[in-house]
Amino acid sequence: MGLLSVSIWLPIAFGAVLLATGREDKADSARWLALVGAVLSFIVTIPLITGFDTGTAALQFSENLLWIERFNVRYHLGVDGISVWFVLLTAFITVVVVVAGWEVITERVAQYMGAFLILSGLMVGVFSAADGLLFYVFFEATLIPMYIIIGIWGGPRRVYAAFKFFLYTLAGSLLMLVALIFLYYKSGGSFDIASWHKLPLPMPAQALLFFAFFAAFSVKVPMWPVHTWLPDAHVEAPTGGSVVLAAIMLKLGAYGFLRFSMPIAPDASREYAWFIIALSLIAVVYIGLVALVQQDMKKLVAYSSIAHMGFVTLGFFVFNELGVSGGLVQMISHGFVSGAMFLAIGVLYDRVHSREIATYGGVVNTMPKFAAFALFFTMANCGLPGTGGFVGEWMVILGTVQASFWLAAIAATALIFGAAYSLWMYKRVYFGDVTNDEVRGLTDLNAREFGLMAVLAIATLWMGVYPKPFTDVMHVSVTELLKHVAMSKLVGG
Amino acid sequence: MNPMNWLVVYPEALLLLMACAVALVDLYVTDERRRPTFWLTQASLVAVAAMHLAYYQSGATAYGMQGMMVSDPMGHLLAFFATVTVIITIAYAQPYIASREMLKGEFFSLTMFVLLGICVMCSANNFLVVYLGLEIMSLSLYALVALRRDHGVSTEAAMKYFVLGALASGFLLYGLSMMYGATKSLEINEVFAAIGTGRINGTVLTFGVVFVVAGLAFKLGVVPFHMWVPDVYQGAPTAVTLLIGGAPKLAAFAITVRLLVEGMLGLAVDWQQMMVVLAVSSLVIGNLAAIAQTNLKRMLAYSTISQMGFMLLGMTAGVVSGNTLSAGNAYSSAMFYVVTYVITTLGTFGLIMFLARGGFESEEINDLAGLGKRAPWLAGIMTLFMFSLAGVPPMVGFYAKLAILQALITTNVTGYLVLAVVAVLLSLVGAFYYLRIVKVMYFDEPLAANAGRPVQGGGVSALLAVNGAAVLVFGLLPGGLMAMCRDAILRALAT
Repeated sequence: MGLLSVSIWLPIAFGAVLLATGREDKADSARWLALVGAVLSFIVTIPLITGFDTGTAALQFSENLLWIERFNVRYHLGVDGISVWFVLLTAFITVVVVVAGWEVITERVAQYMGAFLILSGLMVGVFSAADGLLFYVFFEATLIPMYIIIGIWGGPRRVYAAFKFFLYTLAGSLLMLVALIFLYYKSGGSFDIASWHKLPLPMPAQALLFFAFFAAFSVKVPMWPVHTWLPDAHVEAPTGGSVVLAAIMLKLGAYGFLRFSMPIAPDASREYAWFIIALSLIAVVYIGLVALVQQDMKKLVAYSSIAHMGFVTLGFFVFNELGVSGGLVQMISHGFVSGAMFLAIGVLYDRVHSREIATYGGVVNTMPKFAAFALFFTMANCGLPGTGGFVGEWMVILGTVQASFWLAAIAATALIFGAAYSLWMYKRVYFGDVTNDEVRGLTDLNAREFGLMAVLAIATLWMGVYPKPFTDVMHVSVTELLKHVAMSKLVGG
Repeated sequence: MNPMNWLVVYPEALLLLMACAVALVDLYVTDERRRPTFWLTQASLVAVAAMHLAYYQSGATAYGMQGMMVSDPMGHLLAFFATVTVIITIAYAQPYIASREMLKGEFFSLTMFVLLGICVMCSANNFLVVYLGLEIMSLSLYALVALRRDHGVSTEAAMKYFVLGALASGFLLYGLSMMYGATKSLEINEVFAAIGTGRINGTVLTFGVVFVVAGLAFKLGVVPFHMWVPDVYQGAPTAVTLLIGGAPKLAAFAITVRLLVEGMLGLAVDWQQMMVVLAVSSLVIGNLAAIAQTNLKRMLAYSTISQMGFMLLGMTAGVVSGNTLSAGNAYSSAMFYVVTYVITTLGTFGLIMFLARGGFESEEINDLAGLGKRAPWLAGIMTLFMFSLAGVPPMVGFYAKLAILQALITTNVTGYLVLAVVAVLLSLVGAFYYLRIVKVMYFDEPLAANAGRPVQGGGVSALLAVNGAAVLVFGLLPGGLMAMCRDAILRALAT
């Protein structure tokens, strides 16, 4: 069994054991078992990056077995420079989520932890699948645990949010399923993604495929105007669910653009790039403004996630290395930063049970350590140099300038809006006088929370100060991808 | 003249013999729980299943009873699945009917006759034998629906089923007689050959096909011949609902293949068009009507209608612009769909019966409220079934839908591509009501009336767990089952 298989199935196995043995009166043993599972699952992914050969764009650590003979579906796994960091990020965030739910989740603990571990394995599967159908199976299967997580441990409108999340995403991915089967037919009976990359296709077919993939991935990213499920899901989900949604699940969509849309339908991608760019800019500017007026902290961060993901898709569809690498760096750093932002909201919510900005004020007086961390992450969220948030946005803007100055100028306004909504929220929540007793009675971070915040802060800082390990790993794969996308796949062209 | 070749009908002969034996033995059984009858029935069924499996594995095609019956891998595979389905059905049903004073010897012998009819249909090679099998099955089922004699709803369901069923049998028979009139033969191979000559009166054939398709559509329960399905599913005792919703679907598929594919493939252009209409309208009406239901059994009835509609889509893609190259692919996808659907249905109704023990019914969707807390294992198993029916991977239902969509898309005809898109969009509607069941089980608080009710354990719960595991395991490794279906269909088409 290869390293990737272990990374996928180890957390799933731990999750299954938790679901099978979990009992309400043994919550503590469930917590420890989950932590052991999550940490082990993270440790087994580390060799993926230490043993990664940055000199090749080929899939590494690959495993290739026949899975379903009838349709020539293969259990084919592998990672390249584009996906390998996301495998680690997924496993890492799962550890964070398990620790974050330690004392907060008191009901059905084993099921909660089990669902997250299974979800983690499935998401690693999405990032490492090299077979179209295998990808789809993992991609869809992630919906089940997330649906349950939002529905059981969520807020008051959790049922509505869970349904909306599930049905929106399913609607998009069913169209992708049709596209996958269409490619299977066109390629003469293969679900191998790499062979699809080489498949010549006429323009109408490429356009149809492009929009089918767009349906699936734009919902997942989410892009304007199909983003409305995200604020609902984020607001209602428990803290851990929000963290995983923002840090990883959104990335599945953006990753899909790189893995499917661009290389399989390069001509259509170039033809309709203006469309994606337009939607991305709307997300960046309009959603930025929407974030400004939110009263609910989680909603604000949710909208800010959409705006940040707009940067990612913008970077991808300007088709140069700075843009694409910038998008990828942005995805990783957003994983850390948005995860931390949701954790910070969770810290406050656990104490006061309110997410309304207006309930707070002057938190810095009672929770100085926490306020410092929160300030750091807020700054990272608006792209302060020295944090991970800056590197990605800067690279995307530079990449966009190469394509068109005016596009870059519009995109750059996002930095202003980002600063505005992030800092304004910070000001209203943390600064000022203590206005009510609840804030007065707040206790500062405990050791567990402090540890979580510190780890995420170090990661964010590391990405901001020394992003080279990340970009080095991506470099060859991204140039290879762009070379491929630049070539026409039209028949006879 | 073809020889008798008794070997071909050994499984059916054994089944008939044992059905009579069970009816007789039961007269001397004094045990209240009818254990001797139960075990005798199960043992005979296991023997029958083993025989079908052995015949299937030999892979040979033989004709018997002077050409009236055929022994081929497809028939035996379907009969094997049907027998296993009935074995599981009886195991699920026994505690349920025992607690409702319906546990009489008749239940067992009638159920065996139902299976006999199904087996006869699976290996029929003659129009009259098809009809004979259909009537053996249907008449036994009518009686079983009315097993609760003093129960108004059951009796009403039985009447409705009987009257409409008789009408459908009439349709089928009328259509078959037209075919007979036009082709001068009742034997399926000869009809096929006669149509192939192209010298048959096309009008009579077309009329015949219309009636045959209508009759089959009734048995499959697809729109617009679906009116009986919700009432019968709801009205019949759940044990009998399971019997109706399980093995007979396999039989209906078998005679659809026997009559339309093996007999009338030459008329595929005509019946495929009808199938498209039946399939799409079933998907629309089944999925939309299921949303509005509050009764679980009724909801599952509408879900069945839509699932059968989805299966029929596979039947439409066999002959493309006069070319039968994709036939094996299309029909084996449909067969895989039916088999996986039956596995899932078994579990779903088995679970409803399990919850309904001790004299309570558990038929309303709200009765499942809070099951995730009351009985996490059962809720987990039900979740697997629901996601499978909704077609979410990694459950087996996904691969069934994948196979059908694949059959549609690989025809490379724009019309079929549109059909595939329509089908996935309608299955999105379907996902909603399956998700609602999961929601009720996990997100809602238990009803006060149900909160204290313990859920009993026992052998049935182990069987349920196996059934749930099957849905997941066939989902992780669907290759073997797919290959079996494909193999069976290819051999059936080759003869």
